[in-house]
Amino acid sequence: MSYVAIADQHAHMHDPQTFLTRYVWSQDHKVIAIQYMVTAMAIGLVAIGLSMMMRLQLGFPDTFHFINPANYHQFVTMHGMIMVVYLLTALFLGGFGNYLIPLMCGARDMVFPYLNMVSYWVYLLAVLVLVASFFVPGGSTGAGWTLYPPQAILTGTPGAGWGIILMLVSLAFFIVGFTMGGLNYVVTVLQARTRGMTLMRMPLSVWGIFMATILALLAFPALLVSAIMMALDNQLGTSFFMPAIMSLGEQTGHKGGSPLLFQHLFWFFGHPEVYIVALPAFGIVSDLISVHARRHIFGYRMMVWAIVAIGVLSFVVWAHHMYVSGMNPYFGFFFATTTLIIAIPTALKVYNWVLTLWRGDVHLTVPMLFAIGFVFTFINGGLTGLFLGNVTVDVPLSDTYFVIAHFHMVMGVSPVLVVCGAIYHWYPKMTGRMTSEVLGKLHFWLTFVGTYAIFLPMHYLGILGLPRRYYEMGDTYFLPDSVQSMNAAISVAALFVAASQLIFLFNLAWSLKHGKPADGNPWRATTLEWQTPETPPRHGNWGPELPVVYRWAYEFGAPGHKEDFVPQNEAPDGRVPATHGQASHG
Amino acid sequence: MAAEIMTGHIEPAGTVEGLPGVVTDFASDKQAFPVHWGKAMMWIFLLSDTFIFSSFLVSYMHVRMSSTVAWPNPSEVFALSLGGAPIPLILIAIMTFVLISSSGTMAMAVNYGYRRNRARTTSLMLITAGFGAMFVGMQAFEWAKLIIEEGIRPWGNPLGAAQFGASFFMITGFHGLHVSAGVIYLVIVALKVWRGDFERTGNYEAVEIAGLYWHFVDLVWVFIFAFFYLW
Repeated sequence: MSYVAIADQHAHMHDPQTFLTRYVWSQDHKVIAIQYMVTAMAIGLVAIGLSMMMRLQLGFPDTFHFINPANYHQFVTMHGMIMVVYLLTALFLGGFGNYLIPLMCGARDMVFPYLNMVSYWVYLLAVLVLVASFFVPGGSTGAGWTLYPPQAILTGTPGAGWGIILMLVSLAFFIVGFTMGGLNYVVTVLQARTRGMTLMRMPLSVWGIFMATILALLAFPALLVSAIMMALDNQLGTSFFMPAIMSLGEQTGHKGGSPLLFQHLFWFFGHPEVYIVALPAFGIVSDLISVHARRHIFGYRMMVWAIVAIGVLSFVVWAHHMYVSGMNPYFGFFFATTTLIIAIPTALKVYNWVLTLWRGDVHLTVPMLFAIGFVFTFINGGLTGLFLGNVTVDVPLSDTYFVIAHFHMVMGVSPVLVVCGAIYHWYPKMTGRMTSEVLGKLHFWLTFVGTYAIFLPMHYLGILGLPRRYYEMGDTYFLPDSVQSMNAAISVAALFVAASQLIFLFNLAWSLKHGKPADGNPWRATTLEWQTPETPPRHGNWGPELPVVYRWAYEFGAPGHKEDFVPQNEAPDGRVPATHGQASHG
Repeated sequence: MAAEIMTGHIEPAGTVEGLPGVVTDFASDKQAFPVHWGKAMMWIFLLSDTFIFSSFLVSYMHVRMSSTVAWPNPSEVFALSLGGAPIPLILIAIMTFVLISSSGTMAMAVNYGYRRNRARTTSLMLITAGFGAMFVGMQAFEWAKLIIEEGIRPWGNPLGAAQFGASFFMITGFHGLHVSAGVIYLVIVALKVWRGDFERTGNYEAVEIAGLYWHFVDLVWVFIFAFFYLW
């Protein structure tokens, strides 16, 4: 065989010289990562704005005349789709995946940088198509983020003309773009690690992102296929999903399609998608907790296997979203069982986070606050998952605010807390400056307390039977009047939380110029990205030689060392790694 | 085992007993598989693509089995009149034969690539691409026959279930796109071989990687053939 392992290849990095090739058409994984992050956060702001519109309507019905029922459903749909796919998936995999994988594995870049660059531009195209759907005749689709047929493409649904087709096209672009990036992430982890970096020495962040990318590569195909089939139903009049149905008093041309088929395809994507968002969060939070508690992660191997087990199990639980869909009731038995089995590896991870903190030297830095906030929120959200995973309990709770509260806690607030913590944690490496600690803590407490003020009461509203996706309740006999005042209180809390995100954005922007300059390793962490010759690392990441890894990523408080941590690339004889400090490079 | 993670000592491959040894071997440093990264990437892409085709085929099975209207008889719809008598599945038999043959020529191209026989590699790849183009051409012929002579449309079908036309055109169309893309891909790699791009490193794995894709497209066809024409 005449190929050379990537870790053994000679460096032939040449910095691109012009502004355009360096920052715009860049093939450097770090620049692409930041492009992904900025785009995802920009579209995420739109999604936050949409949720505020929803809360205004729900909290104060009959007040805001620019929100009509059609708009409301468009806000619901776009908020959900943007948050799940275009913000969280893109930010964790495109953003942190791109930034952390080569640095943490000791590679100079992704294995296929050109494809990586194209991945970002296709993602941007997907986002632009999505944004365009706000401005077309009829507006964006209002089918709900699950896009269930038949209503998704019937004429009575908002955005049934242009909106739905732009949504489907945008999703298809997203999947194509993601596949290009995802292949890079997986293959870089598998084939481009440096000497000594075995899979079982990788930081858990890389493990989480790696497994999530595999899930995405296998789950997005089902969404692509259902998007193609729905587009055909809509544009060519085929009947994959559309049964014979009356729409606005007229018989449509469809007959014999199966709406349930769409639900199966959608949730075959949709459930792994939950873990595509959660697994990177699990991995990153493990690293944050370990570094800021100055203690090795408890049960590293079990943490890795738990990530793998959750990934595998996530493909056999999808129909727990469909207990009330009318599918064969015997399915419920199988899917409830597999769903509850997932609680085992997940609980194992939670125990290990808590045991890592136990007798650790906990530093309540901003990233640590977010990490601990995540553990709390994830436990809360996970516990309600046990309710919803059981068929008999789920049936009365389906499509109520209880469901909203559950999934916002477990896959909305929890991953977002990790995103914030991770940005505070790696910001010094990305920019060379620290963020403001005071603003960071303010942001944390407002967000943490605020999200509980939003989502805890929703559990009670759900148990009362308040249905979700309703524009307004009016006079409903089983709902007491206090429901409305509760909704108003939730809306006020939501406005506060949304506003407090401005503190976060201000902090990031202000620190770029005025933050305290950071040295290469401000958190005194062991992993490779903190041992680069320069901060921020330049194109090619390392000096003339790749770092060599001698130990796992969690060597804290080992006896016989000056510091309380040992970098992964410090030789057993204590020699300062070649790439550390001022390395010369040619 | 736990000590190994921390102390810096890496076990050489094959030295750890039992199941943990499998983990240790896969987890070795630098790379998990002793192959060029491009080949690993193609394999993983094909795995992802498998899920796309599986989703398509499972959806097709679902709509076919849940259809209350009769499904057209494949022996009749796909028959071709040659010399006055209808011969069932004759066109598809030729198409399948052409595509399987192209896999043979592709395998030979890979073999000559590793022997660095540029002329033979190039010509065999171009022959493979030619077979692929023939396949797409015959598919266009079959589509034209179904549309013009039988009157089958994606949204309707005079012979029975509307989903027949919809799923047939969608799935064979998606496969046809894969073949067409493969033809272009093969021609590009063939020209690179001819130009001597791989002589610098002497590494002809690009030919094998293109071959992986081509064999995959063939394999998918076998499933489409079985589920559409033989069911």
